Amino acid sequence: MEEKTILADPIPQEKESKEAVVDIKGLKKTFGSKKVLKSITLTLAKGENLVVLGKSGTGKSVLIKCMMRLIQPDEGEIQVLGKNILQLKEKELNDMRKSIGFLFQSAALYDSMTVGENLEFPLRGEKKVSVEEKSKRVVEALQNVGLQDSINKMPSELSGGMRKRIGLARTMMLKPKIMLYDEPTTGLDPITSKEISKLILDVQKKYNTSSIIITHDMECARITANRIIILKEGEVAIEGTYEELKKSEDEWIRSFFE
Amino acid sequence: MVDTVDKQTNGKSKEVLTDCEVINNRDGYSFHSFFADIGALSSFTLRFFREAIRPPYEFNEFLRQSYLIGVKSFGLVGITGFIMGLVLTIQSRPTLAVFGAEAWLPAMVAISIVREIGPVITAVICAGKVGSSIGAELASMKVTEQIDAMEVSGINPFNYIVVTRVLACTFMIPLLTVFADAIGLLGGFAGVNIKGDTSFSLYFLQVFNSLDFMDLFPSLIKSFFFGQAVGIIGCYKGYNCNEGTEGVGKAANSAVVMASLSIFIIDMVAVQITSFFM
Ligand SMILES: Nc1ncnc2c1ncn2[C@@H]1O[C@H](COP(=O)(O)OP(=O)(O)OP(=O)(O)O)[C@@H](O)[C@H]1O
Ligand SMILES: [Mg+2]
Repeated sequence: MEEKTILADPIPQEKESKEAVVDIKGLKKTFGSKKVLKSITLTLAKGENLVVLGKSGTGKSVLIKCMMRLIQPDEGEIQVLGKNILQLKEKELNDMRKSIGFLFQSAALYDSMTVGENLEFPLRGEKKVSVEEKSKRVVEALQNVGLQDSINKMPSELSGGMRKRIGLARTMMLKPKIMLYDEPTTGLDPITSKEISKLILDVQKKYNTSSIIITHDMECARITANRIIILKEGEVAIEGTYEELKKSEDEWIRSFFE
Repeated sequence: MVDTVDKQTNGKSKEVLTDCEVINNRDGYSFHSFFADIGALSSFTLRFFREAIRPPYEFNEFLRQSYLIGVKSFGLVGITGFIMGLVLTIQSRPTLAVFGAEAWLPAMVAISIVREIGPVITAVICAGKVGSSIGAELASMKVTEQIDAMEVSGINPFNYIVVTRVLACTFMIPLLTVFADAIGLLGGFAGVNIKGDTSFSLYFLQVFNSLDFMDLFPSLIKSFFFGQAVGIIGCYKGYNCNEGTEGVGKAANSAVVMASLSIFIIDMVAVQITSFFM
């Protein structure tokens, strides 16, 4: 029904010229008999914030997990920073993963470690980074999310929103070039949500990262998005800027904005 | 109807389940899934050996796990060992008395404890205490995506989580066994003295005279294998949990069952091998 052609020329011209950091072509993933991703094609330009919308269960999390190769796709090509991530050897894959930050939908903090240890964990094995530098980065990351006081707390002592923010701080520890956020604001109050959305913008500016943001929170999409795509039945149904999509006549698209 | 299906399979349709989920989702333990389980466990074990010899070596985490697995089990193993020694002595005395062989009591207790009771009881206790906690811990790390989180930060979770725990079990359970043997012999001393009157030095003289190298050595080797089995099975059940929070309990439960069973199987094989050499 809703064809990609609803909006003529959805990608603004200037974006086209920018170098693509993520380039996905014809990505397919089936679980058993359930086709979750049918054929996804998308690009992420350098420094861009791309928001991914879509109903629950359309495979948004699966999509970004494929980019990290946490899930092996059945078909398709994923180029990240110029390398085909599906063909990397283990060592190269691990190096590649370090340049991508991944915020889990559930934050995925390590229960057995304090907040400080959680943040330091991604840096283990980085021999170039000194001990002082490590603790400096921990403090910096905690300041970024406004939780300096929680450094010695255990994850079980934190509220849901605090866990999300610590998760966000942890993904920033390796100063990734690309950030993948899986529902960064879900389950947070409107004020904290707004803070997180602004934080995502700050991170983009401060470290010049490119991000893919999965969200159901339209306020977050409005604040962060340079471009929005909507997934439907395993394909990219539509893409455009926030304003373009909001003005759309199509009822299905408008339903996201109400 | 639809509801029940959803409950059993976590809302996924039956075909969507991966191999592992089929294994864990059984109601009864069918032959098919039993062999599939054994196959998957074997490849998990092979992977353990491959990763164990490969750097990076997570030495600090190994020490931490050894502390958690070993040091924290000393009390439990000690109490059980003492009671086993005591009870064994009290139970054996009447039988030996019939033959007028009460003087053999220390020797008999010593051999039973060192060869069989010490290693097996320690391993079974650890299967219950350590195996279940490893199973539950790893399963909950899996379902809360903590293992994925390690993977995305470029750290090999198998090396950090599985290898350290299995090695800690492999080294700590033999140590605990030696400790249980010692305490069990003390329990035996207490048992001997409830009715008779044997001095401490005479008791231990008799104990050590009756034991030789071929009593101690095979049982130590055996307990290395017990330790390895407890570690690997606990990790295997936890690491392959795919079922959400409900799977955590199942992983812990099946880790204990499978680990205890394999302890007795290993024990049976070990007895055959040692008697071949003796
Ligand atoms: N490991 C897996 N095994 C089997 N099926 C899976 C697996 N992971 C995801 N799925 C299925 O893929 C579909 C898409 O899941 P996904 O988590 O990507 O949804 P989502 O778009 O992120 O939804 P939400 O907005 O609720 O997070 C679901 O139907 C889910 O059951
Ligand atoms: Mg999701």
